[in-house]
Amino acid sequence: MENGSLALQYLLSGITKGSIYAVVAIGFNLIYSATGIINFAQGEFVMLGGMVAVTLAHYVPLPVAIAGAVGVVALVGCLLELALFRRLQRHSVLHLIIITMGLSIVIQEAALHIWDEKVRSLPYFTGSEVSSVRFLGAAISPQVLWVLGTVALVVLALHVFLRYTLQGRAMRACSSNPEAAMLAGINIPNMRTLSFGLSAGLGALAGCVISPITMTHYEMGAPLAIKGFAAAILGGLGNPMAAVAGGLLVGILEAASVSRLPAVYNDVAAFAILLFVLFVRPQGLFGSPTSDTVREH
Amino acid sequence: MNRFRQILPFTLFPVVVVGAQLVMRATETEYCLTQLTMAVYYAIVVMGLCLLMGYAGQVSLGHGAFFAIGGYASAVLTTYDFSRFKGAPWAGWLQKAHLLIARQDLYGNTAMTFSPWAAFLTAMLATFFIALLIGYPALRLRGHYLAMATLGFGLIVSKMLLGSNITGAADGINGVPAWKLLPGLAVTGKSAGRVQNYYIACGLALLVLVLLRNLVHSRVGRALQAIHDRETAANAMGINTAACKLKVFVLSALLAAMAGVFFTHYTGGIAPSEAGALKSVRYVALAAAGGMANLWGVTVMSVALNYLSLRGWFGTYDNAVFGAILILIISLAPEGPLKPLGLWLRRLTGTRPPSPTSHDPNHVSRFTFHASPAAELAPQTDERATGRSPQHGAP
Repeated sequence: MENGSLALQYLLSGITKGSIYAVVAIGFNLIYSATGIINFAQGEFVMLGGMVAVTLAHYVPLPVAIAGAVGVVALVGCLLELALFRRLQRHSVLHLIIITMGLSIVIQEAALHIWDEKVRSLPYFTGSEVSSVRFLGAAISPQVLWVLGTVALVVLALHVFLRYTLQGRAMRACSSNPEAAMLAGINIPNMRTLSFGLSAGLGALAGCVISPITMTHYEMGAPLAIKGFAAAILGGLGNPMAAVAGGLLVGILEAASVSRLPAVYNDVAAFAILLFVLFVRPQGLFGSPTSDTVREH
Repeated sequence: MNRFRQILPFTLFPVVVVGAQLVMRATETEYCLTQLTMAVYYAIVVMGLCLLMGYAGQVSLGHGAFFAIGGYASAVLTTYDFSRFKGAPWAGWLQKAHLLIARQDLYGNTAMTFSPWAAFLTAMLATFFIALLIGYPALRLRGHYLAMATLGFGLIVSKMLLGSNITGAADGINGVPAWKLLPGLAVTGKSAGRVQNYYIACGLALLVLVLLRNLVHSRVGRALQAIHDRETAANAMGINTAACKLKVFVLSALLAAMAGVFFTHYTGGIAPSEAGALKSVRYVALAAAGGMANLWGVTVMSVALNYLSLRGWFGTYDNAVFGAILILIISLAPEGPLKPLGLWLRRLTGTRPPSPTSHDPNHVSRFTFHASPAAELAPQTDERATGRSPQHGAP
C-alpha cells in the first residue's frame, strides 16, 4: 500500500508537469503548422506569463491578473511575429529558427533586468501549500487539480476552435496547404500572427497555473522549451492533440526517473528521450512511418 | 591577382597579431593579452562551426559540449590521482610509456596523473567517438530536428558534468597543470608566459585557418557547398552526403575539443558553464556575426566580440548582446556585416566591385539560395513543404 501510494504520487506529479509540457508542445505545433518555424522561444512565453501575472497580482485580484498576463503575453507573441517574422519572408526557415534562439536569450535577459533573478510564485488558487486532497491514498495539492482542469479545458477549447470555427478551420487550411488557402481568400500572414498570439497566450496560461507549484524563474524557459519539443516530437510534429499524449508521457517518464536517479539528472532523462525518439522514430509515436519527411534520405 | 587576394589575409594575420602585441606593450596594457588569448581559443571553436554551418549548412547547438568534453577530459586526466591503481598492470605499463607521471599537486603531495600530451590525445579520441556516435544518427535529420538533437545532447553533457563528482560538480576543476608542448614552450596561465601563450594560441589559430581554407577549396569543400545549396542534387551528383556531413561534423567537434584542451591548460581549470546551452548558442551567434561561410570574417568577429565580452564591456547585458547580435545579423544581413560593409566602402572610395565572372572559380560563394532564380521559385517546396507532410498538418 505504502509503495502503491508513493508510485501514485510520482505518477500524479508526472502528469502535472506533463500537462505543462503538453501545452508547450501544442504551442510548438500551432506555430510550426502555420509557419514552419520551430519557435525556440516557446518556453519563454510560459516564463513571461508567470512573471507578468505575479506582478499584476500585486495590484488586481488573481483572476484578473492571470487574464491580464495571458493578454499581455499573447500581444507580445503577435508583436514578435509582426515585427520580425513577417518581414523576413525571404529568409530560409533555418535562419528564422536561429532568430528564435536569439529571441529566447533576449527575452530571458530582458526578464532578468525587468524583474530579477529571484524565484517568484503566484499564491495557490485555492487553499495553501499545506492543504491537500486525499486521492486513493495519495495526497495531492488542490493546485494540481487546477493545473489538470485548466489544461484539459484548454485542449478541449482548442480542439473545438480548430474543428468548428471559421478562424480555426482557416488556420488548419493554412497549415495543410498555404497556396490553396491563399487562393481560398485566407489572409495567411494574419493567420501566422494569430498562431503566434495563440501559442504565446496558451504558454502564458500554463505559466500562471503552474507558478504556485514549480515557481517562476527567469531561467525556466529553455528547459521547458526542450521538454515541450520532446513532447511535440513524441506526438509527431504538426499534430497538436497527439502532443498532449506526448507531453504526459514525457512528464511521467521524468517523474519515474526522479524516483530512481539523483535529482541533478532529472532533465537528462527527458533529453535522452528526445534524442532517442529523434534518432529512432523521428515521425513521432503516432505519425505514420511512410510520411518520412524529417529525414534527409 | 586572385592568388594574391587569397594569400593576403594569411600574411596580414601575423602582422596584426604581432602589431596587437607591440601596441599593448607600448601602451602597457599587456595584461589584456590574457583575454585576447582566451578569445582566440574560443574563435577556434567558431571556425569549426563556420565550416559546419556556413559551408555544409548543418546547425549544431552542441559545440559548447564538445569544447567542454575536450577541456574536462584533459582536466580530469591531468588532475585525478591515479596512484590507487599503482598495482594494476596497465598503470605500470602506462608509467613505463611516460603517459602516467608522478608530480606534485598544489599542496605538495605526490600524485599520479596522466601527462598533458596523453590527456590531450585521450580527449581527442573520446571526442572523436562521441561526435561519431551523435553525428551518425543526428545528421540524418533535417535542419530544425538537427538543431534540437544537438541542443539536447549539449544539455545532457552539461547536466552530467554538473552531477558527477569526478568532474567537480558545480565547481568544475581547478589546478590543471601547465602543458609543455616543446622544451621552453608551455601552455600555462602564469603571467610570465603570457606573451608566449598569446603566440601559441595565434599560431594554433593560423594552423587551423590554413587547414580549413585548404579544405574549403578542395574537392571536399566543393562537395560541402553542393550539400549546402541543394542536398538532393548533391546526392544525385554522386556525393556521399551522409559521409561528407559526418566527416565535417566530427572535424568541427575535434576542433572545438582541441580548443577546449588548450583553453583548460591556459586558464588552469574549467567550469560546467562552458558546456551550457548559452555557450553553444553564443558560438552560433558568432558564426552568424562573421557571415557563416566566411572564415576570416568569422575569425575576426569572434575574436573581437569574445575579447570585448571577456573584458566585461557588455556588463550584465553580456548574453543579451549575443542574442541581439543573432537576431539583428540574421534578419538584416545574413551574409554577415563585413561583406556589405566592404561593398559600401568600395562604393565610397569609387572602386567598382569585381564582377561575378571575374571571380576565381574556386571561390566559394555562399547564400546563393536567395540569389539564384531557381531558388526564387523553390523556397516553398524546398524548406516549407518537405519539412512536414500534408497529413501531419491537420490536427
